[in-house]
Amino acid sequence: MSITELLFWGLSVLALFSAIMVVTSKSPVHSILFLIVVFFAISGHYILMNAQFLAIVNIIVYAGAIMVLFLFVVMLMNLNAESEPKKNRLIQFAGLISGGCLFLVFISAITKSASANNLLQMGGGNFGLIKNLGMSLFKDYLIPFEISSVLFLSAMIGAVVIGKKES
Amino acid sequence: MLLAIDLAFIIEKLVLIVIVVMASLVIAMYATYGERKIAAILQDRRGPNRAGPFGILQPVADGLKLFFKEEIIPDFSSKFLFILGPSMAMLTAIMAGAVVPWGNQIHFFNRDISLQIADVNVGILFVFAVVSMGVYGIMIGSWASNNKYSLMGGLRAASQIISYELAMGISLIALLMVTGTLSLKEMVVQQQTGYWNIFYQPLGFLIFLICAFAECNRTPFDLAEAENELIGGYHTEYSSMKLGFYLFAEYINMFVSSVIMATLFFGGYDIPFLNEANYDQNWMALFGLMALMTKVVCFIFLFMWVRWTIPRFRYDQLMNLGWRVLIPLALFNMLLTGALILFKQNNWHF
Repeated sequence: MSITELLFWGLSVLALFSAIMVVTSKSPVHSILFLIVVFFAISGHYILMNAQFLAIVNIIVYAGAIMVLFLFVVMLMNLNAESEPKKNRLIQFAGLISGGCLFLVFISAITKSASANNLLQMGGGNFGLIKNLGMSLFKDYLIPFEISSVLFLSAMIGAVVIGKKES
Repeated sequence: MLLAIDLAFIIEKLVLIVIVVMASLVIAMYATYGERKIAAILQDRRGPNRAGPFGILQPVADGLKLFFKEEIIPDFSSKFLFILGPSMAMLTAIMAGAVVPWGNQIHFFNRDISLQIADVNVGILFVFAVVSMGVYGIMIGSWASNNKYSLMGGLRAASQIISYELAMGISLIALLMVTGTLSLKEMVVQQQTGYWNIFYQPLGFLIFLICAFAECNRTPFDLAEAENELIGGYHTEYSSMKLGFYLFAEYINMFVSSVIMATLFFGGYDIPFLNEANYDQNWMALFGLMALMTKVVCFIFLFMWVRWTIPRFRYDQLMNLGWRVLIPLALFNMLLTGALILFKQNNWHF
C-alpha cells in the first residue's frame, strides 16, 4: 500500500465514522462538531486528488463560516435532549421510508453512472489547481458562474428583506 | 516497498516544525513581558522588575505559577469540550506558521533547505482558513463552561470574527489581484525585486490591519472579554494552564498576524535597498530572518500601543464599523484596484 492509499482509507473511515456520529449523537452541539470533522476529512480527500483550492475553500466556507453560524444558533437556543419535542411514531416511520428511498436513488445513480467506473487518479492530475479551475470557470462556464452569483446575491437580499419584516 | 519516503526530507521538515513552534511559543511568552513593560511605560509605572534583571524572568515565573494552580472543571459542563476549547485555541494559533516563508533557502550539508515548512500554492487561503477556525476554541470553551457570561463572550467573539472576516477577505482579494499569486513565497519574491505591496495597496493594508486587530480579539475589539460587563468573558470559568492557553493563544495569534502582515505588505524577509543575490546565501537568509523579525516586533509593538491607548468599542459601534464602514471600503478598494489593473493591461489613457 502506498502512502496515498493509507491516507485515503484513514480519511474515509474518519469521514464515515463522524458522519454516523452526526446522526446518532444525542447533543446537537456534538453533532455539529462531528460535522466539522466530516468536512475536514472531505477536504483531506480533495487534497489527495490535488484539488488544493477546493479543499481550502471547503474549510473556509463550510467549517469556518457556516458551521460557526450553526453552532451559534444551537448555543443560543440551548437545545438538548430534554428540551427536544417528542417525535410522533408516524413521522419517524415516514422519515425512515423517505430516507431509504433517497438512499436507493443515490446507490443506483452511483453504480449506473459512467464516471464511477473510472476512478479519479489520486495525487496526479492538476485540474484542481487554482489556475486551471479559474480558467475553466471564467472561460468555459462564465455565464452559469455569473448567473449563480446573481442567485446568491438575491438570496442574500431576500434574507435581509425577511429579517426587516419581522421587526 | 511500504512508505517510500525521503528520510532526510522528513528530518529537515520535522526540525523546521519544531523550531517554528518553539519560536512562536517563546516569542509569545516574551510578548506578555513586552506587553506589561509597554503598558507600564505608557502609564508611567515601572512594570515587572523583580524576577531576574529588568524582570526578564517574569514570563517563566508566570508560566510556572499557572502550571501549579489548582485545576477546576465546573460540575455541569461537558468535560471533554471544556478541555477541547483551549486546546483548539492553541492548535489553530500555531498552525498558521506552517506556510509562512521565514527566509530564503539556506545551503547546509549539501542540501538546499527552504526556510518554509510547506510552500503550498494556496498559502494565503490556508492562513485564512486557519484564522477562521480560531473562533471554535473560544466558542466551544465558552459553551462548555455552562456559564451565561462565558456564553455571551463566546457569541460576541463568533459574531465579531465572522463580520470582520468578510472585510478582511475582500481586502485580500484586492491584494491578490495585484500580485497574481496565492503563494506567500512568491509574493515575497515579487516584493524583493519590485516595490513592497503597501505602496500598491495602502487602503487594503489599513482594512487588513483593523480586521487583524478584530480577529485577534485585541483592544479596541476585545468585546469577548469585556471584564466590566462579562466578569472575565469567555474564559471566566477557566483556571490554571487552561486559562493560560487562552491567554497565550492570543499572543501567538498576534505574532502570527504580525508575520502575515509583514509578509503580505512589507516584503517579508526582504531587506530594503539591498540586492540579496550579490551576497552569500546562508548569511542573507539569516539577515532576512532578522529583517522579518524586526518588522514583526514593530507590528507587535503597534498592537500593544493601540491596546493601551484606545478604549474599547461599544458592541453596536463594533458592528457598525465592520458592516457599514469596512466592507463598503474594502469593496471600493477592490473595484478601484480591478479598474486600475484593467486600464494598465489595455493601455487605456485619459
